[in-house]
Amino acid sequence: MAVKLRTPLSTEDVLRLKAGDVVYLSEEIVTARDSAHRRILSLPKEELPFSPEGAVIYHCGPVVRKTWEGYEVVSAGPTTSARMNRYLDGVLDLGVRGIIGKGGMKAEPFRGRAVYFSFTGGAGSLAAKSIKRVKAAHWLDLGIPEALWVLEVEDFPLIVAIDAHGNSLYR
Amino acid sequence: MIGAIVEAIRLAVTRIPDDVVSALKKAYEREENGVARFNLENILRAIEIGKAEAIPVCQDTGTLTFFVKAGLDSPFLGEIERAIVEATRLATKEIPLRPNAVDVLTGKNSGDNTGRGVPVIHWELTEGDEIEIAVLPKGGGSENCSALAMLTPGEGWEGVKRFVVERVKACGGRPCPPVVLGIGVGGGADYSLLLAKKALLRRVGERNPDERIAEIEGELLEEINALGIGPMGMGGRTTALDVKIEVAHRHPASFPVGLIVQCWANRRAFLRIKPDGRVDIWQ
Repeated sequence: MAVKLRTPLSTEDVLRLKAGDVVYLSEEIVTARDSAHRRILSLPKEELPFSPEGAVIYHCGPVVRKTWEGYEVVSAGPTTSARMNRYLDGVLDLGVRGIIGKGGMKAEPFRGRAVYFSFTGGAGSLAAKSIKRVKAAHWLDLGIPEALWVLEVEDFPLIVAIDAHGNSLYR
Repeated sequence: MIGAIVEAIRLAVTRIPDDVVSALKKAYEREENGVARFNLENILRAIEIGKAEAIPVCQDTGTLTFFVKAGLDSPFLGEIERAIVEATRLATKEIPLRPNAVDVLTGKNSGDNTGRGVPVIHWELTEGDEIEIAVLPKGGGSENCSALAMLTPGEGWEGVKRFVVERVKACGGRPCPPVVLGIGVGGGADYSLLLAKKALLRRVGERNPDERIAEIEGELLEEINALGIGPMGMGGRTTALDVKIEVAHRHPASFPVGLIVQCWANRRAFLRIKPDGRVDIWQ
């Protein structure tokens, strides 16, 4: 099945998806890697620079270029999600309903509440085509790759690799 | 010279070498699994976009690693190291590259891909008056799957195969398969890993000139593809594009095996500096 979805995602959106589905995702996603996850979990929910309810977190450290208006994403493929396994329960508890990454994660925490989307590792130049603009950049003190980039995407082509019903495509 | 090194870095991160592209196309043609085809198609499209727009194909532009073959009679010997560091700084800003050098104690990013010990430069002194530099931008996701095994001599080559296959299996989709494996056998713990990394400079499809080693490369490739891990770990026929083995003599008591895992983006570029200052760049 192929579906178009917009963030924030509702629980119904998530429960409808099955491992193997293709999803074209639009609206807002936020990037976070190891250090950003640690910071997200160290702050009270109301102090986060994005709303975690229904949010989609992208495991990505982009290449960005500074422009007159702000920033432009040049290349932005997914990073290895397994490193973020230790923070998974924490961010899903905040209301995050989707994770985008590569390589897969523990399937159990997703059950009943969230999905894991896979995008092709290394295809950073292609992913950048789906990114319409950088809405905001937070936590630049963590460095460009680890900062929290709030991105607007349009029809980002993803595969549901782990669904909310305990199914996973990974072997 | 600095400008030429920047151009070689640009070539390495924005263009995937032809031998790698044709191996990926072959993998796409023989693939039947739909998800695997989705991933391989994305890879081939990303390669086209990188080339057409001169932007990094993968956002992880890696730790820049340089292998320098330095002719002792080159007039540029004394400048090379500084030129490489300066070119790395410039390339980070101009191309741009992702800043990937972080202080191990504070976690602070240097912002320009330089820092203590990086970019990594491996020196080899040779005869003659030319300098040849190989640029290998090495991504972190695949590097995290690299490993060293100190086998007992009794385990021998069967042990090498078992170690490599088990490691690839354990890593699954994490290193961005289809991977290229660099394997170094012998020479001690340190040298086996260096040989393994150097092996990644060889063209995909090109076998070790020693027929016995070439045969083991082929057998390993077949065994790994039989695992069915597939592109990005979600199943498929191609888990590895190639296996490269380099060897050195070993101590009678040890059997070191260095394994460097390289993602499908087996990026590289070369440049040769002639004594009159002219430079050739190729991939």
